[in-house]
Amino acid sequence: MSAPTLPIEKSASAITSMSNYAIEFENVSIAFDEHEVLNDVSFRLNHGETKAVFGVAGSGKSTLLKMAVGLLKPDSGRISVLGEEITSMNEQQLFELRRRVGIVFQESALFDSLKVYENVGYRLLEEKTSPEEIERRVREVLRFVELERTYDMYPSELSGGMRRRVAIARAIITEPEVLLYDSPTGGLDPVTSNTIVELIMKQRDVYKTSALMVTHRLQDAFTMATHQFDQATNQMVLLPKGKNCDVPMSFLILRDCKVIFDGDAHQLAASKDDYIREYIS
Amino acid sequence: MALEIEFVSPFDVAKDFAAAVQEYTLLAGQSVANFFRRPLYMADMVQQADLIGVGSLPIVILTGLSVGALLALNAASTLQRFGGITLIGQLVSIGMVTELGPLITGLMVAGRNASGMASELGSMIVTEQIDAMRALGTDPTKKLITPRIGATAFMLFFLTIIADLLGLIGGYAVAHLIFGLNTRQYWTSVWQILVFRDVFTGLIKPVLFGFIISTVGCYYGISTRGGTQGVGRSTTQAVVAASVLILIVDFFVTKLIFAIFGYR
Repeated sequence: MSAPTLPIEKSASAITSMSNYAIEFENVSIAFDEHEVLNDVSFRLNHGETKAVFGVAGSGKSTLLKMAVGLLKPDSGRISVLGEEITSMNEQQLFELRRRVGIVFQESALFDSLKVYENVGYRLLEEKTSPEEIERRVREVLRFVELERTYDMYPSELSGGMRRRVAIARAIITEPEVLLYDSPTGGLDPVTSNTIVELIMKQRDVYKTSALMVTHRLQDAFTMATHQFDQATNQMVLLPKGKNCDVPMSFLILRDCKVIFDGDAHQLAASKDDYIREYIS
Repeated sequence: MALEIEFVSPFDVAKDFAAAVQEYTLLAGQSVANFFRRPLYMADMVQQADLIGVGSLPIVILTGLSVGALLALNAASTLQRFGGITLIGQLVSIGMVTELGPLITGLMVAGRNASGMASELGSMIVTEQIDAMRALGTDPTKKLITPRIGATAFMLFFLTIIADLLGLIGGYAVAHLIFGLNTRQYWTSVWQILVFRDVFTGLIKPVLFGFIISTVGCYYGISTRGGTQGVGRSTTQAVVAASVLILIVDFFVTKLIFAIFGYR
């Protein structure tokens, strides 16, 4: 199934930043009421790279994502996003930074009292962009996620997969430099999951957007590591022989509040750790 | 399933209460400060004013009329014994304008709107819509709370005036139709008894009550935890807390105004 084109003038926006890493966690810890969630977590996300974050339920994956956009503050440690240290920022400063970061929530988190076009164009509406410009850009991104027909509908009228795609459209409409996906394919059928994986892959390969992707589905991450988006055919294709896993894709595994693996697909496949072997088998 | 009873120390309860008061104060303070910061969401404020003001109008009309009529009915039986039935207008006027008008309107709007705000914001919390709003670069206190505070305080002021007027009309209906009081006599006594202090008291209270209703409703909504069950809990707590606070503040405001202007 091919993904439609998104006629955004600016591509490869992700590499414009001068910072070394898109996201950097340094010795980050967080606990909720004495319950430790993340302990001394460190990792880096390179520009243009997509990092899949794995871990069992409750291992702190979503917490990690929320900290990356400043929705939660760590108890200790340092987090940098696009070269700016966000741990010391106040909410007002974070609002500015968040304009450069898009996030897709686990349950989509669409505003249920707003129509699809208001949801997707929310940032543009807040920035007082002209109505014609908003309509043009909303239709573009909705076409990108193949949901232009839902323009005037309410989120409650959409299926789970459609809501997820609308949430992706909302996240990418301002062409963010970093995208954060929280279980983008969770609970979806294989066909819809594949469409969403293809959209994420297109963001990675065509628009060079850096991304953290929290997921339970190992097969989605392996698809992303073994395929690339082909602009000519406008769909994902298997990487040619000899270039296996030669895409900006890495893996991060959390266990017992800590990072137990951070590396690419080759390193993951070569891991001797029993837990990791069991996890990927 | 075994029922587990967990004992909580009074120290923890006091600590939680102090933390809640602190959070509420910060939220209320920040929301009020937002009136002086851009952007000011005027369209949202107008929408809320419509929901709170126009939406509450039927219940305010009904309670205003009923309370005024009941006040007149109950007072008349006593006044009649002392041959003072002509004072019924004064009694209804003072009662409605200084106390019952603002209080009943405040409690009615608290029941209707504090719960509405708590459930709406609570649902947005549990479905991560508030997080999404923050992630999209919008301050939820500016977008959601400040317009509700402005709209509630503004509309409660006018709803109270309407409730006062209808209370007086209700009182008139009873005095005229049941006790045969002359129309001019009733309305003259209603008008003449009122002094600046009474009107001031009656109009300052709804602004304070509006502030209480909206900040309490929004506070409970925004601090919702625990899914849909948590939303239900927040809704109930918001109505109870707003109503109790209105009654407490009403007492102290009345006392303060008496202290400033002196007793009648």
